[in-house]
Amino acid sequence: MAARQAECSRPAEPVGLAKATSPLLPLAELPNARLPTLKASLFVTCLVDQFFPEVGESVVTVLRRLGVEVDFPQGQTCCGQPAFNSGFRSQAKANAERFLDLFQDSEYVVTPSGSCASMLKVFYPELLHDAPALQERADDLSRRTYEFSQFLVHILGLTDVGAAYDGTVTYHASCHLLRELEVTKEPLLLIEEVKGARFVPLDGTNECCGFGGAFSVKYPEISAAILEDKLRNIEATGADALVACDSGCLMHIAGAMSRRGMKTRPLHLAQLLAREGNHGG
Amino acid sequence: MEVKTQRFRRASAQALADDSLQSAMGRAIGHFDQARQAAIEELTPELWERYRQRGQEIKSHTIENLDYYLGLLAWRVEGNGGTVHFATDTREATDIVLDLARTRGVKSVVKSKSMLSEEMDLNSALESQDIEPVETDLGEYIIQLAGETPFHIIAPAMHKSKEEVSELFFDKLRTPRLTEIEEMAAAARQALRQKFLDADMGVTGVNFAVAETGTIVIVTNEGNGRMCTSLPRIHVALMGMEKVVPALEDMAVMLRLLPRAATGQRITSYVTFVSGPRRRSDEDGPDEFHLVIMDNNRSKLLADPELREALNCIRCGACLNTCPVYQKVGGHAYGYVYPGPIGAVITPVMVGLPKAKDLPFASSLCGACREVCPIKINIPRMLLKLRGDLAEGGRGQRKVSWWERALVRAWAITVRSERSLAWTRGIASLLQRPFVSGGRMRRIPFPPFSRWTRNRDFPGLAPRSFHQQWEKELKDRPSPTPPPSVRKRE
Ligand code: SF4
Repeated sequence: MAARQAECSRPAEPVGLAKATSPLLPLAELPNARLPTLKASLFVTCLVDQFFPEVGESVVTVLRRLGVEVDFPQGQTCCGQPAFNSGFRSQAKANAERFLDLFQDSEYVVTPSGSCASMLKVFYPELLHDAPALQERADDLSRRTYEFSQFLVHILGLTDVGAAYDGTVTYHASCHLLRELEVTKEPLLLIEEVKGARFVPLDGTNECCGFGGAFSVKYPEISAAILEDKLRNIEATGADALVACDSGCLMHIAGAMSRRGMKTRPLHLAQLLAREGNHGG
Repeated sequence: MEVKTQRFRRASAQALADDSLQSAMGRAIGHFDQARQAAIEELTPELWERYRQRGQEIKSHTIENLDYYLGLLAWRVEGNGGTVHFATDTREATDIVLDLARTRGVKSVVKSKSMLSEEMDLNSALESQDIEPVETDLGEYIIQLAGETPFHIIAPAMHKSKEEVSELFFDKLRTPRLTEIEEMAAAARQALRQKFLDADMGVTGVNFAVAETGTIVIVTNEGNGRMCTSLPRIHVALMGMEKVVPALEDMAVMLRLLPRAATGQRITSYVTFVSGPRRRSDEDGPDEFHLVIMDNNRSKLLADPELREALNCIRCGACLNTCPVYQKVGGHAYGYVYPGPIGAVITPVMVGLPKAKDLPFASSLCGACREVCPIKINIPRMLLKLRGDLAEGGRGQRKVSWWERALVRAWAITVRSERSLAWTRGIASLLQRPFVSGGRMRRIPFPPFSRWTRNRDFPGLAPRSFHQQWEKELKDRPSPTPPPSVRKRE
């Protein structure tokens, strides 16, 4: 890695990101990056691949607009989180090993999901801790992997990505993004710079929406009761769009919003940032 | 306590359907959670973090050297004139207390809050020997009168509304129908006063036990703990073996963490330090002091490096208050003494994993518990570890249903390669056809999806997967020139 880094003239990785679980640097201390030609491999996540390809497309649009060279390693499916969260660790290990191979040569891995990024960044190294060779590779992948908003703010050093949106926007902070990756203000900084967007804070933004993957079908009533609070708070904002950084949470919240005919529309952060000028709300 | 963890599903559904419970619980839990946050703000979050860090160090160090510190504690307590009893399980601990009561002619016992006595079901054991146990913590007293078990580890009667308590007192204490909380507290105090004076034995819990000095520390807000330790002639303190801390100095950290995390107080109204029975120069205090130190499967937690951290818990209840699941289903649904996130970790180990198999899964893994825990205990990791044991553990641990196994198996085959994923996608898009309208499904009649669509719509598969879209057009789409607002920054 070191040799390759020296070759290209891009800023070295900011100090403090070396360890997957270490908190991110205060933004003020980050080198004010230019727009170097970076190469990012997109891990689109299985949910986006199958249900929300427009989110993946938006990620590509935003990254390319910022001069990032985007590739999409073929053969990618799921990071293994569903198995891992259900206790099937050996199954998850098989997925992890596949991913280590798939993204072996990627400079950066960018993914539009806080929880899938957590899987790669935080849980792979834990999962593979008893196989030293694999763990080393997992640590390496972990250092190269970034959640979408993290990548924009910390690697590209940008908060204004040239997006525009005409309407009011509120934001739900996904649990893994918040507590495993400690990404707290990055998405808000990005939203703030979206031209025309008026931000309305969401009460209880840091509270879980009740999704939790399999939890939502194992305990549908509990999950729905938790979701109820979230919906009430969203409704109170009266926002045109609910933005989040995780398609899982969005699918969950949107499922109930559409069931009730609420007019707030769910938007992945990438979708919001992909909009330029006169697209309307 | 009778184990009802097997009923989690049914009990949680009942709790969700109980409107009066939901509103009483919502109010009380919100209050605790806000008080905690305010207390941390006041201390400053930076300082709070440092105390948490130190708290974690103290507890981890102690648990790593538990045998040493328990030995030291026992030695010091005996040196102070007390007696130490070690109990392997609840039955041994109960026998120790009953034996003390029998040999010393005890007729009535006053108790201050002790979760350990709930584990032991001590009240029924005492009653079976015609000894009257009286709970003296107001919350415990209320649930004793109601014949219930604690709903929360620090606020046992949290689920009871003022009206319910009034009705209960009218019924059991023959008071008039009281309307004010102060009146009810006064009524309870009056009923309890004589009990304190008559009691032969006081039984208390232990929040911390200082090894260095052989001192037990009890934090309360009602002063009842102090009455239990000083008025009766015998004081029996019950502690789980993880409650020990090395030195008196450590209390400076723990006493900053516990009240703030628990109730949002800087300090509780009473903090009682007891180092043995009455000395000759003391004016009051018990003639005898007994410390019962109980294991009850805590050593199983200790033996497992992935679960050991659970012994760091100081039972503040903060993780319960912040847990979205606990907030909805409440304490009784968990079916054992310790509910909420930490309960979902320790209960399965205490009562046996298969019996409590639903608990580790009753979490969205949101991590709020870990964020608020004053000892920074990583509860989600331990839930994952227990799920691992249930899915892939040895004999007697595996307890995941066959259809769930089958689902995971099918999923594994699907995501093994891009090709198999595309193939499954093909089948699924045929299967979904009758149910999709406007890009979403309002009802899917087969599980697990049917459980989703009970309350939420499920999206239909996108007409084209991202894989297909990438191949068809995205791959070769020319990169746009950055808009001016972005270029400006170069
Ligand atoms: S796990 Fe932490 S937050 Fe929960 S009761 Fe124990 S000490 Fe308190």
